[in-house]
Amino acid sequence: MDRQKRIITIGGGIAGTEASSVLSGLGYNVIMLEKSNQIGGKLNNWNHLFPNGRPANEVTGFLGQKIRLQPFRIISNTSVSRVISANGIFAMETTAGEQLQADAVVISTGFETFDATRKEEYGYSIYENVITSVDLEEILRKGQTLITSKGEKPKRIAFIHCVGSRDEKSGHHHCSKVCCITGVKQAIEIAKQLPDTEIFCFYMDLRMFGLSYESLYREAQEKYNIQFIRGRLSEASENQDESLLIKAEDTLSGRPLKMNVDLTVLLVGMIPGKETLRMSELFGLERESNGFLNVMDPHLNKNLSSVKGVFLAGTCTGPMTVDETLEHARSAALDVHQYLQRTDK
Amino acid sequence: MNTFGYKIMSPRTIDFDQFDGRLLNEVLVKEPSFRTCLSCGGCTATCNAGTLIDFNVRKLNLLLRRGEIASLSREIDKCMLCGKCMLVCPRGINIRNVIMLLKKGASRLSEHQKTAVENEVQK
Amino acid sequence: METPPSFTLPFIIGLLVITSFLIVVSIIWITGLSKTDKIRIIKGFPSRKTWRAVRETFTEALLHRKIFLKNPRLGYMHMSLAFGWFLLIVAGHLEAIFHYRTLAFPFWKSIFFRFAEQAPATGFTAKLFAALTDFLLLFILSGVALAYYKRFNSRHFGMKKTTQMKAGDRVALSALWLIFPMRFAAESITAGLHHNGSFLTQPAGDLLASTFSLQPVEQAAWWTYSLSLGVFFTAMPLSRYMHIPVEVLLIFLRKYGIRLKKGVNTYTRVQVFSCSRCGICLDSCQMNQANVRNSQSVYVLRQIRGRRLKDDQLFNCLLCGRCQKDCPVGLDLNDLRITQRIASTREYNSSYDYLKNGPSPQAEVIYFAGCMTHLTPGIKKSMQQLLHFAGINFWFMDEYKAPCCGRPLIQVGQYEAAKKLIRNNTEKILSSGAKTLVVSCPICYKVFHEDYSLPGITVMHHSQYLLNLVDQGRLPVFSLPERVVYHDPCELGRGSGIFDQPRKLLSSYASLIKIPHEKADAYCCGGSLSNTRITMQERDQIRDKVLEEYQSCQPDRLVTACPLCKKTFTKGTDVQVSDLAELVWKGVCHSKTMPNRSSLPEAAIPLGLHPGKPSGIAIPSLP
Repeated sequence: MDRQKRIITIGGGIAGTEASSVLSGLGYNVIMLEKSNQIGGKLNNWNHLFPNGRPANEVTGFLGQKIRLQPFRIISNTSVSRVISANGIFAMETTAGEQLQADAVVISTGFETFDATRKEEYGYSIYENVITSVDLEEILRKGQTLITSKGEKPKRIAFIHCVGSRDEKSGHHHCSKVCCITGVKQAIEIAKQLPDTEIFCFYMDLRMFGLSYESLYREAQEKYNIQFIRGRLSEASENQDESLLIKAEDTLSGRPLKMNVDLTVLLVGMIPGKETLRMSELFGLERESNGFLNVMDPHLNKNLSSVKGVFLAGTCTGPMTVDETLEHARSAALDVHQYLQRTDK
Repeated sequence: MNTFGYKIMSPRTIDFDQFDGRLLNEVLVKEPSFRTCLSCGGCTATCNAGTLIDFNVRKLNLLLRRGEIASLSREIDKCMLCGKCMLVCPRGINIRNVIMLLKKGASRLSEHQKTAVENEVQK
Repeated sequence: METPPSFTLPFIIGLLVITSFLIVVSIIWITGLSKTDKIRIIKGFPSRKTWRAVRETFTEALLHRKIFLKNPRLGYMHMSLAFGWFLLIVAGHLEAIFHYRTLAFPFWKSIFFRFAEQAPATGFTAKLFAALTDFLLLFILSGVALAYYKRFNSRHFGMKKTTQMKAGDRVALSALWLIFPMRFAAESITAGLHHNGSFLTQPAGDLLASTFSLQPVEQAAWWTYSLSLGVFFTAMPLSRYMHIPVEVLLIFLRKYGIRLKKGVNTYTRVQVFSCSRCGICLDSCQMNQANVRNSQSVYVLRQIRGRRLKDDQLFNCLLCGRCQKDCPVGLDLNDLRITQRIASTREYNSSYDYLKNGPSPQAEVIYFAGCMTHLTPGIKKSMQQLLHFAGINFWFMDEYKAPCCGRPLIQVGQYEAAKKLIRNNTEKILSSGAKTLVVSCPICYKVFHEDYSLPGITVMHHSQYLLNLVDQGRLPVFSLPERVVYHDPCELGRGSGIFDQPRKLLSSYASLIKIPHEKADAYCCGGSLSNTRITMQERDQIRDKVLEEYQSCQPDRLVTACPLCKKTFTKGTDVQVSDLAELVWKGVCHSKTMPNRSSLPEAAIPLGLHPGKPSGIAIPSLP
C-alpha cells in the first residue's frame, strides 16, 4: 500500500461498529459517522435478546470494548449531506461541513420500526393502554413493572403480531422476521414479571425460524401458559375504564372473537429507515421492492451494493437478528478488505 | 333418500378429486387477488354483519374451494357490502368484488345445481 | 307546384328519415314516462318553465356557454357549427320569405336558394341577405376548420384525449364535415356561372370560373351538397349527432322536473342520446392515472345506447362526479351509472331478514359514526370528546353494532337490498325521539339525506354540526399554528354540495392553504367504494397523483372530512392526516377555557416511556 486506504462507515449501530472495528483491526483508516450521539443504535434501547435472554448491553459493551482496544475516529451527530464519486474515490461533505474522502464506503444506516400510529384501528396514541414492542422493551430495560394507565397490574395482555408487516394496508408487504420471536420472548418476560396475568398472542403465522426458537415457543405454552390464538386483530376500541375491547377471529374454531384486555402490545415490524433511503439517493444505490437496499446476489454475496466501492452491512438490507447483523457486518468488512487489496495492485 | 333409520355415514373426508371447480375458477380469473387469501380472519373480525348474525367472511373462500355452493349462496346473502373487510385485508383482496361475482355466479346456478355440487363433494 | 330538381332528392329523403325517426322516438320516450312525470310535463308546458327551457336551449345547445367557460377555443368550435347552422337556416328562410313576399313557397327553394334564384341580388335588403348568408357560411367554415384541426391536435383545445369513434359516427362525421365545404363549392360555382354570390361566394366563384369550365360541374356540386345533407340526416340516428335534437328535448324535460329514477326508464334513453361525445369527460376522469381508458362516461353511455353494456366498464368507476361536473349537457352521469348498476344486479338482492330492532335509547341528538369510522378511531374518539365537552345529550347509535347505512349497497346497484337496511335504521332513529342526526362520514350523510325519510329530523354532517356548536359558543376556538390543506371528499363536496362549512370550521382552528383543485374541482382520493373492479395498485396510483399536489404546498397537516379518505391518504404519505373533528378537538384542548389540560387524553404518551435524552457520545462499557 502506498498510502493507507480510507474507509468511511455511515451509521454507528452494531453493524457499522462491528464492520469498522474489524477493518480498523486490519489496519485501515476508518471514520464512522453516526447521526445521534451514541453508538450501538437501536440495541441501546433493548433489554434482552432472544433466544437466551442475554442482556443487550453485553453486546453493545463488547463492541465498545473492541473500540477502546482498537480505536478509530467516530464523528457523532453527523451524517452525509453530499457525495461525489470519481475514479474510485468517494468525496463527501458531512452535515457538519467537514470534507472527507474514502476509497470504500460501508452503508450501515439500519432500520426503523413501523410507526404504529399509521395503523389507526389499533389505537396507538389514541387509546391509553396500547404500546409497542419497542415501548415494552424500554420499560423492561429500565426495570419498571408493566402497569396500565390507571397504575394497576394488567390482568390480561394481548400481543398483536404483524403490525406494519405483511400488510398491504400499511404499505409494507414483507415479513419482518424477528417480531414473532420477539413477541414470544416478551410474552415470557411479562409472564415472569406478572405471573398472575393472562397473556394472549394473536398471530397469522408463527415464524420460529431459528434453532432454539421452536423450543422457546413450546416453553411459552407449557411453562408460562401463554395462549396463542390464530386470528388477525381487526380493530380495538376503548371502554370507559380505559381497558380495551379487541376484535379478532378465532380462525381455528371459525368464529369471531371479542375480548376485553387491559393492555395490548403491538409487535411492530422493521421498515427501511429514512437515512437508508437518503443514502440510496445520494450514492445512487438500487432498492428492492420493499424499499431496503438491494444486494447484488442473494446467494453468493449479500454485501455488495449496486455501486462499486459501496458495501452494505446490517438491516439497511432487510430485517435481521443481532447475530445475523454482526455476521453480515464482518462479511462486509472482508469484502471491503479484498476490494481494497485488489484495487491496490 | 329414506334410509329406514339406518344411516351409513360417509366419512367427513374431503375427496378433492370429486370437486367441481367451475364457479371457483370463474371467480379466480375475474378477481385474481382472491387467490392470495391466507385466512388470517381480519375480515371476519371486523365484519359489520358479523355482529348481527352468524356470518363468516373468511369461510367464503373455504366454501368456494370445497364446492359447497348452497351454503355459499346462503352465506353471501348476509353481506351488507359495507367494505370494512377490504379496509383491513393485509393482502389487499377486493372482497366486495368477490362477493358480487359470487352472487352473480351463484344466482345463475339453479338450486339443483348448487346442491348437486355439494352432494358430489360429500360422497 | 314546381317539382324540385332531382339533386334535392337525397336531402328530402334524409330529412324525412330523421324527422319521422325523431317523431317516433319522442312519442315512445314521452309515453314511456311515468304518470307523475307526464303530469309534470302537462303542468309545466304553459308555465314559465317553458320559457326557461327555451332560454337554456339557446345558451347551451346553441351557444355552448358551458364549453366556452371550460375552453374558449373548444366552445367557439362547437358554437360556430351549432349556432351558425341554426342562424343559416333561419336566415335562409327569411331570405326566401322576403324574396317571394309570401310564406307559401316550395320549401326546397329556401334550402337551395342560390340554385333556385340564379339572378344576382338586387336591392339593398336582398344584397344584405346574400351577404348575411355568406357571412354565416364563413362563420361555420371557420368552425369546421377548427374541427379538422382538433382531430389531429386536440391539445390546443385543452383536451388530452378525443373519443374513439364507431362506424355510425364516422359516416355521420364525414358527411357533416362535407356539408358546408360542399355548400360553399356549390354556391360558388353557381355564383361563378350566374353572378348571384356575395362577398365570399362571388370571388370564389370567379376564381373557379377562371380556372376551369363550371357548367358541367354545377349539377354535380349541388348533388354532392344534397348528398352530404342526406347522408348526414340518415346516419344521424346511428351516430352521436342525435344529441342535437335530443338535447333540446332533455332541456325541456329537465325544466319540467323530470328526474332519473332508481330504475331504467325512457328518461334514461333521453339522457343517453343527448351525449354529444364531446370527450370532455375523458379528461376529468382520474381513472386515466391508473391507465384505465375504457370505462369513462362517454363509453358507458355509448354502450347503454347500443344495449351492450358490460359489467367490467359499468363497475370500474369511482362515481366521483368529476365528469358530471364538467359535462356541458349537464347529464346526470352518476345517477345514470347507478341506474344501470341496479338493472345489472337485479337478480340477487338480499333479504336481510336477520335485522331486528329493540327499543332505542331516548336522546336529542344521535351520533352515527358509520362503518368506516370504526377503523379510524381517532375520529370516533374526537367526536365523543367534543360532544361531551359541549354538553350534548347524544346517543351513539352504532357504538357496538348497527347495520351499515346502506349507501355502499346503492352505489353498486343493490337498491332493493339497501331499502331493508334503510327501513331498519329508520325505525331505530325515529323511535329515539331525536331531532338531529349527526354523521361523521359523507357516504352516510348522502344516503341519510337523500334516501332516508326522517320527518322532523335534521341530518347533519359533523362539519356542519361542529360549526353550529362553534357559532353557538359551545366550542371554544383556537388558532393552532398550522398550515393545513383541506381535501373535499367526493360524497360531501360534489355529492352533497357542502364545500364552505368545513372550510369555515377549519379556519377557526388553523390556516387553510389554497390549492389548485378544490371544491367542485377537487380530486377523488381513489378509495371510493363505488368502484368494485379497481385493484389496490391502481388506487395507489390515483392517490399518489393527488398527494403530489397536496404535498407540493408543504402543509403541516392534511385535513379531510371522511374516514375513507383519511385511511386512503395515511397509507401514502408521511404528512399527518387528520379528520376535521380531530383538529377541532386539538384546538379545543389548546384553548384557554380548558379547565384541566393535563387530564386530556389528546396524544397519549405510551406507558412508562420517557423520550431518552442522550448525553455526549456514549461508548458502551462492558456491564
